[in-house]
Amino acid sequence: MSEQPGEPGIVLTAEQKRRRRARSIALALILGALVLLVYVVTIVKLGPGVLVRPL
Amino acid sequence: MSLASESAELAPPPLRAEIARAEPGMAGVGDYFALMKPRVMSLVVFTALVGLVVAPTHLHPVLSFTALLCIAVGAGAAGALNMWYDADIDAVMERTADRPVPAGRVQPGEALAFGMTLAVGSVALLGLMVNWLAAGLLAFTIFFYVVVYTMWLKRWTPQNIVIGGASGAFPPMIGWAAATGGIGIEACLLFLIIFFWTPPHFWALSLYRTDDYARANIPMLPVVAGVEETRRQILLYSLVLAPIGASPWLLGYASLAYGIVATVSGALMIVLSLRLKRAPAGPAAEQAAKHLFAFSILYLFVLFAMLLIGQGLGSPSWRVFG
Repeated sequence: MSEQPGEPGIVLTAEQKRRRRARSIALALILGALVLLVYVVTIVKLGPGVLVRPL
Repeated sequence: MSLASESAELAPPPLRAEIARAEPGMAGVGDYFALMKPRVMSLVVFTALVGLVVAPTHLHPVLSFTALLCIAVGAGAAGALNMWYDADIDAVMERTADRPVPAGRVQPGEALAFGMTLAVGSVALLGLMVNWLAAGLLAFTIFFYVVVYTMWLKRWTPQNIVIGGASGAFPPMIGWAAATGGIGIEACLLFLIIFFWTPPHFWALSLYRTDDYARANIPMLPVVAGVEETRRQILLYSLVLAPIGASPWLLGYASLAYGIVATVSGALMIVLSLRLKRAPAGPAAEQAAKHLFAFSILYLFVLFAMLLIGQGLGSPSWRVFG
């Protein structure tokens, strides 16, 4: 970035901030769902064996 | 360097100046969803579901859901990469001008990153959670649609949708591979049905969108070879499609009910293609093309739904080896 000190840079409008917030929420939900999916698939694939591990 | 100018460097040349002036961060969640071509995605999910359900091996419902999710996201990735590369021609076509990239709501670089992330993620998840044959087929499908069809065939040959149609025909095979870990002759029949369905379906659409394709300089068959030749080839492909549509029953893999529905709807495809071929130029021809286009969607849906219903009812439909 070649901005000079003191310049405000890119200032988002209220609409741009609203859309960024919506994108952030959607991304958070997708990542949460992905974590849940990996957890459930792990249980399904390993079954009770998920608790069997060398100590 | 601003986000817009960085993104402009990744854009196809005709769009670069436009994108460099674009404002940052105007894309909504809906724009990213639109990048995934949800209507195409729904057809992909449905045909993949049929491939998965009619397979002789049972897959755990959670793994089935995961496989379908990965196939859907992979299809969405291919759609996003297609919209990234085709933004210049989308911008001059009436049907596609409001897509997120040509409309300036999503930067080309964002569409590229979104598509690549989804492509890599969906293939990796399918491989790790289901099996690597299905993942490999999904990766090949995305490659075929983006590189072979979008980047190469679409702007080069009127056979673009014939060869490129293979990418739309793979999903039931991926579903089958997800369930069985292999590729059976039954999965190949499902592939062939969609492969031979694609040309009459898309050429019917292109007949009443000829001006759009000509403006975008895309060598669709009606633009290059004319309306008469397109109608002739639609009829030829429908004549091939009808017996292929009935082949699961003819070869003993599907029920009589499927055979009757496939035969009748295949005959209707031929009748509508004949009507299109004989239609006088003008509104009647456009109407005939629209009828064929609409019926072709119903045709594919009905055939695959019959296989799904047959399996649900436990008919001797598909499980010859099961």
